[in-house]
Amino acid sequence: MSETILLLAHTEADGSLSRLALETLAAAKSLGGALVVGLIGGDVQTAADSIAGCGAARFLSVAGEAFAESRYSTDAAAAEALVKAAQATIVIAPQTSRFARCMAGVAQRLGGRIDTHVTAIAEGPQITRWYYRQRMEAVIERAQRPWFLLVESGIAEPYPSRDREGAVAVEMLPVEVSSRTRVLGRQAPKAEQQTIRPDAKLLFVAGAGWTKKQADGAAHIDDAARLILGFLAATGASLGSSKSLVDLSGEGQAVLPFLSHMNQVGQTGSTPRHPKGLSTCCHGEEPHVVGWRFIRERRVINLDANCGWARGKADVLYVADAFAVMERVNALLAETAT
Amino acid sequence: MSNSFHIVVCGGIVPDPLQTLEPVIGPNGPALKNELLLPHVLDPWAAHALYEAAHLAKAHAGSKVWLVSLASKAKLQQVMMTVAQRVPLELVAVDGPSGGFTDSFEVAAALAGAIEAIPGLDRTRLLLLGGWESASRAAGATMQMVGERLGITEQFQGVDELTVGEDGSLRILERVEGGQHQVSVCSGPPAVLGWATGNLPEPANSPQIGMQNMRLILPALQKAKAAQVGAGCTFANVALPKQQRETRMVKDTPVEEIAREIVEWIVAE
Repeated sequence: MSETILLLAHTEADGSLSRLALETLAAAKSLGGALVVGLIGGDVQTAADSIAGCGAARFLSVAGEAFAESRYSTDAAAAEALVKAAQATIVIAPQTSRFARCMAGVAQRLGGRIDTHVTAIAEGPQITRWYYRQRMEAVIERAQRPWFLLVESGIAEPYPSRDREGAVAVEMLPVEVSSRTRVLGRQAPKAEQQTIRPDAKLLFVAGAGWTKKQADGAAHIDDAARLILGFLAATGASLGSSKSLVDLSGEGQAVLPFLSHMNQVGQTGSTPRHPKGLSTCCHGEEPHVVGWRFIRERRVINLDANCGWARGKADVLYVADAFAVMERVNALLAETAT
Repeated sequence: MSNSFHIVVCGGIVPDPLQTLEPVIGPNGPALKNELLLPHVLDPWAAHALYEAAHLAKAHAGSKVWLVSLASKAKLQQVMMTVAQRVPLELVAVDGPSGGFTDSFEVAAALAGAIEAIPGLDRTRLLLLGGWESASRAAGATMQMVGERLGITEQFQGVDELTVGEDGSLRILERVEGGQHQVSVCSGPPAVLGWATGNLPEPANSPQIGMQNMRLILPALQKAKAAQVGAGCTFANVALPKQQRETRMVKDTPVEEIAREIVEWIVAE
């Protein structure tokens, strides 16, 4: 069957396309078939011009002030209009929070089907995605059209966009929308707050062991906080935690006060993508480790030589007291900095 | 001004996260090995949504919470023995497969049908809650589809906080990229909220709430209608990830030596 592929993308605040959108464009091109580009945003001309040479037969857009913001009702209406105008059989879009919010609803409206968190696309097309929170991987084919795909980063090398690659005639689609939702803006964590930092080279994960009684029979929360925050300050690492540690803070116990559910990595938390990860005081059970699926180099400090990490889940397991090791690590990092 | 809500929480059940999971291919497509023998729990993000719903209902007199769940009746009854002790709720059970290898489109049809049949549900006051993703299919698609089927176009995903204004408006924090939240204000219900973890702890067990709930839960399980829910796609392969690392164990080694090795590793490009 000859497919019509619609690449859907939204512009960033500066009018450009994100790296993930360009990776998605490259993935869309690899599918073959007729390519149509659909853009959503406040002003999409700059974005369209930057990919003018991508080989799309048409450039469609829904643009204007109402579409500058990320919001279900407006984004769904825009995407619905674009899919209809393109008569797309396959709709491929980046797995951003904006599209993750609305694209399943659009698939529902158009009688289509959707697969999200797609990590690979092969001839067929066949797509690969994870099930049970990164615990098993499936390869899928679908006969139903339109088929919506939200793809994860790393699926392809980004299409090499250039400023003013060409001057594109963008077909603007008129879309009437009404919404009961006002977007007020974005709220960043406080400057001193430690969070997951997607751009950090290192993920540091604190497990529940930091809050447990130590060899002297007492818990050392203040020492744990000092060591962890000192390490983060020295390395700019992203801070993650295991669910058990976050739950303790939710129960109001006097534990590490800078941790919240936003830091949680694993089964019910995030699955971050950092080149390196250092886990401390975490036992490495499967629900924790599924959050490490995309961490390339993994090292662990744990007192238990038989912990879950030892069973082929980490590259290096240091069987040692994390308090003592991190004290020295921080001191050595301070020496290195000077 | 008094604001009361009719809160419907969609929540499936999943194998306890501590269980080892292994896929098998059966006559109806992929499934989990010994799936019916695995202990199950309420899907974690849906459970957060349920706790938020109970918190909201408690704060706004006249509100009511329904839990709509698609699962095999026997497994659902086991899970409800625990869940029912946590928060006051009315169960709407749909008898069908709860595994991850079903299609969100078909699951949404079954859930929306069950919600539409709830007697006395005021859809102008409806807040449709659930987890933003399940711990099984993990697609983050079902809630939007249920919302669309019910005609709700104000939808939010990755919600961590909901504050109800005096005018009945909903101030919502959704997770977005870069560890940030998008802040939105919706004029009021109906709305769909797919919850992330929120901020509430797991409620303590209350045998009293459990007794009250179970009086309605058992009849609800008995009258659960069967739903035909399939995969909707062809699975060419389902497998556990093969990657197994050669773990190097460093033990009986001085702290100084370990620390130096870690620092060298961190600073190396």
